[in-house]
Amino acid sequence: MGYQWNWDVFLQPSATGDDTYLGWMFAGFKMTIALSLSAWVLALLLGALIGVLRTVPNKMLAGIATAYVELFRNIPLLVQLFIWYFVLPELLPTSIGDAFKQSNPVMQQFLASMICLGLFTSARVAEQVRAGINSLPKGQKNAGLALGFTLPQTYRHVMLPMAFRLVVPPLTSEFLNIFKNSAVCSTIGLLELAAQGRQLVDYTAQPYESFIAVTLAYVAINILVMTLMKKLEDKVRVPGYMGGK
Amino acid sequence: MYEFDWSSIPGALPFLWDGMKISLEITIQAVIFGIVWGTLLAMMRLSSVKPLSWFAAGYVNFFRAIPLVMVLLWFFLIMPKFFEQLLGLPAGTDMRLASAMLGFALFESAYYSEIIRAGIQSVPKGQISAAYAMGMTYNQAMRLVVLPQAFRNMIPLLLTQAIILFQDTSLVYVSALADFFGASYKVGDRDGRLVEMLLFAGAVYFVICFSASQLVKRLQKKYHPA
Repeated sequence: MGYQWNWDVFLQPSATGDDTYLGWMFAGFKMTIALSLSAWVLALLLGALIGVLRTVPNKMLAGIATAYVELFRNIPLLVQLFIWYFVLPELLPTSIGDAFKQSNPVMQQFLASMICLGLFTSARVAEQVRAGINSLPKGQKNAGLALGFTLPQTYRHVMLPMAFRLVVPPLTSEFLNIFKNSAVCSTIGLLELAAQGRQLVDYTAQPYESFIAVTLAYVAINILVMTLMKKLEDKVRVPGYMGGK
Repeated sequence: MYEFDWSSIPGALPFLWDGMKISLEITIQAVIFGIVWGTLLAMMRLSSVKPLSWFAAGYVNFFRAIPLVMVLLWFFLIMPKFFEQLLGLPAGTDMRLASAMLGFALFESAYYSEIIRAGIQSVPKGQISAAYAMGMTYNQAMRLVVLPQAFRNMIPLLLTQAIILFQDTSLVYVSALADFFGASYKVGDRDGRLVEMLLFAGAVYFVICFSASQLVKRLQKKYHPA
C-alpha cells in the first residue's frame, strides 16, 4: 500500500487560514459536548416528568405519557431530526416559522438538534424512571398514604427520593447514548465531531488520520463519561439494594 | 398556514417499496450475522482462554463506544478505497450496499453479543455441571444444553434489538443509498414536498415498529408469564 501517513497534518494551518486542523477537530469536540449536555438536561427534566406520569393512577395522564414514550421510541432518530429541522418550521404560524428560518443557521441547527436529541432521549429516561418507581416495594407507597400524606406528597417525600437513586446506573447508558446519537446531527450540517471528521477528510486528503483521530475522540468521551458516572453511582448507591453495599 | 399536498405519494409507492426492500435486506442480514458472530464473541468472552476473552471484550467495548454514524462513515468514505486496492477492483465500484451491510453487521454484533452473554449467564450453573456429569464435552454441553435454553430466554431481547436495528438502517442516508428513508427524502426533494414525505416516512416507521414491539411484548408474556 502506498499510503503516506502524516500525523503532522493536524498542526498545519487549515484551508480557511485562521486555525489549524486540530483546531477544527477541537471545535467539533466542543460542539458535540455542548449539544449532548444541553440535550441531556432537557431529557432528564422531561423524562422524569413523563416517567412519573406513567405510574400515576389517573388513566388519562398515564395514557398521554404512554403515547409520548411510544411515539418517540418507534420513529428513527434521523427521521425525527429531519421533521424537527425541515418540517416543523413550515407548520408553525408563518411569523414564527419565518423568524426561525431567518435566524443564524448554526443556531437553527443547534436548536433543532438539541430539541430532537432531548425529546428522543427523554422517552428512554422516562422508561427507566418508571421502572425505578415500579421496583419500589408496594409497602412504601402504602406507608406514605397511611401516614396521611397525599399522593403527590408520597411521591415527593417517599417514592421519588428512592427511585431517583435507583435509576442512576441505568441512566449511565442513556447518557453515553446521547453523545453517540449526537453524531446523527451531522446530517443537517451541524459541525460537531463527526461532521468535522468528514471535513478533515475533504480538506487534508489524509482520510485515515482524520477518522482515527475522530474515532478516538469518541472513545475518550465514552471513557470520561463512564468514569464520572461510576463516581456518581458509588455516591448514590442505596445500601441493601442490588449493587448496594 | 401550510397547505398539505399528499399527491406525490401514490405515484412514488413502487420506488418507496424498493427502498423498503433495501432497509429490510440490511436489517435481516445484520440480524443474522449479528447473532452468529455475536454468539461466537459471547462464547469467547466467557471462555477461560484469556487472549480470546480479551479480544472479545476489546471488540465489544470498542464498537459500543463509538457512534454508528462514525462506523458507517468509515465504511462509506474510507474502506471502499482500501478494498479497491486490496482486491484490485476497478476504481469507483459501487460498494455502498455491501459496505452498509458489513458496517451494520460488525457494529450490531457487539450489541448482540452482550445480549447473548447475559442469556448464557442466565442459565443455571447446575445445567452445565449436569451435562459434564453425563459425559458431554464442552461443545456438546454448549450446543445441546446451554445455548438452546439461553436463546429461549433472550428471544424478546433479540427481537427488540432487531427493531432498533431496523430504525438505525435509516442512517445509510449518509451514503446516499436509497433505503426507505433515503427514497422518501429523494421524492420529497424532487417534488418540493419534503414536509409531506418526511411525515409519511415517520408514520410508516411508527406503524411498523410499534406493531412489532407490541408483538414482542405478547411473546414476552408467553415465555415469561409474570
